[in-house]
Amino acid sequence: MTTRTAPSATALYDIPGPATRRRHLLYGVVSTALILALIGWVVYLLFDTEQFTSAKWTPFTYKGIQKLLLRGLGNTLKAFAYAAVLSLLLGAVLAVGRLSDHRPVRWIATVLVEFFRAMPVLVMIFFIFVALKVQPLPALVTGLTLYNGSVLAEVFRTGINSVERGQSEAAYALGLRKTQVTTFVLAPQAVRAMLPTIISQLVVALKDTSLGYLITYEEFLHAGKLIASNLDYDLPFIPVVMVISPIYIGMCMLLSWFATWVAKQERRNPKVKAVEIAPAEPGTLLPGVQ
Amino acid sequence: MDVLTENFSLYAQGFLGTVELTVYSSILALLLGFVMASFRVAPVGSLRVLGTVWVTVLRNTPLTLLFFAVLLGLPRFGLVLPFKVFAVLALGCYTSAFICEVLRSGINTVPTGQGEAARSLGMTFGQTLNTVVLPQAFRSVIPPVGSTLIALAKNSAIAGAFSVTELLGTYKNLNELGYSIIWTFVWIAVGYLIITLSISALFNLMEKRWGVAR
Repeated sequence: MTTRTAPSATALYDIPGPATRRRHLLYGVVSTALILALIGWVVYLLFDTEQFTSAKWTPFTYKGIQKLLLRGLGNTLKAFAYAAVLSLLLGAVLAVGRLSDHRPVRWIATVLVEFFRAMPVLVMIFFIFVALKVQPLPALVTGLTLYNGSVLAEVFRTGINSVERGQSEAAYALGLRKTQVTTFVLAPQAVRAMLPTIISQLVVALKDTSLGYLITYEEFLHAGKLIASNLDYDLPFIPVVMVISPIYIGMCMLLSWFATWVAKQERRNPKVKAVEIAPAEPGTLLPGVQ
Repeated sequence: MDVLTENFSLYAQGFLGTVELTVYSSILALLLGFVMASFRVAPVGSLRVLGTVWVTVLRNTPLTLLFFAVLLGLPRFGLVLPFKVFAVLALGCYTSAFICEVLRSGINTVPTGQGEAARSLGMTFGQTLNTVVLPQAFRSVIPPVGSTLIALAKNSAIAGAFSVTELLGTYKNLNELGYSIIWTFVWIAVGYLIITLSISALFNLMEKRWGVAR
């Protein structure tokens, strides 16, 4: 009974007694009422500014509009697929570079990784698009690949470094070479442990494909903008947002949940015992702090 | 080099625009993130749900979509504000979800025994929070808050594409003036590096001053 009211044991408060529970119930009722009032106000505003008129919603029943939206969604997924595969590859290459025994290689890889992580993705995408005059899709994919690839390189590198030292020592003692130790012993364990982090980074890549909208790549948001700015449909701006955002957010949420699910599976997996699992959300690491 | 010296005022304007956006959105994000974090650890169910929904939705929203909805959508409700304010709103709300998670995990790193010890000494909730829990949580959240704010500074580039005065947006004017586009971007990159590295330096300083190794 008591665990139902408290989220989990925190340092903040004790397990509440009966009087406190009554007080919390009161707070709960009041705050629920406030939140519902807020939602009601938003819905009222939606009706008041006439967002639910049929003129604004009928376009979505047209075949052409549906096709436009689907094509946009397809383009978004296409950019995501390219960017995901390429950034995994680039991440692997850069991670190998950073783990190299040769100082010049290590240096170059470190500089590349640090530079691309410190730059806003959009600046890179605009640079490729405007200065190098590349088509929108390759420009978007390259920008995303450079950024996410360098973040993933750091993920891979810390993953490989966090495998218990005994593992590589044992492998070296068996006479394996460095390449063999990395590919047969360290990488398989590291990748298992790092899978949730890798997937969360792919969520970032999926979210960032929407930057393609800014360089006129014909992706999902761009399709929405086309519909929203159509005078014939009475500028259905809010309806477009209400249709597009659940799909976008849903896709990202699905991928995030997948990451959490994988993390839960991995925690039970004996094959990753030798690796400290890092938290699933690395965010942007501080440049210059290791 | 000419690009920078001849258009210094333009660059300075853009640079200051980015700094301004970053500072205002950081303040909004920190405040809102703090409120949402306190909702998420509150003993009241509905507040916890609100905090969880806020974080889950915003963390999975592409920032471009949020900008699109706020900058072009809110005016449809008759809410007309300068684009800069809209940009601060969008950036601040987006980042607040990440700040909230950082703060929440910071509070969760404080061992339960600390709070129990404080309460058994007869401290009230306010005293426990202000003198025991928050000081310890604060020390452990310095680096992650720093990296979140760096991400915020980098994300502010999106505002430039929605015609807010900002560093990345300067490329358009310079391009029209016929300057070398590559060098234009080099100086824009340098501007962003200055901003991100100074945030990083600031938080390194704070970490050295107050951080603790757990």
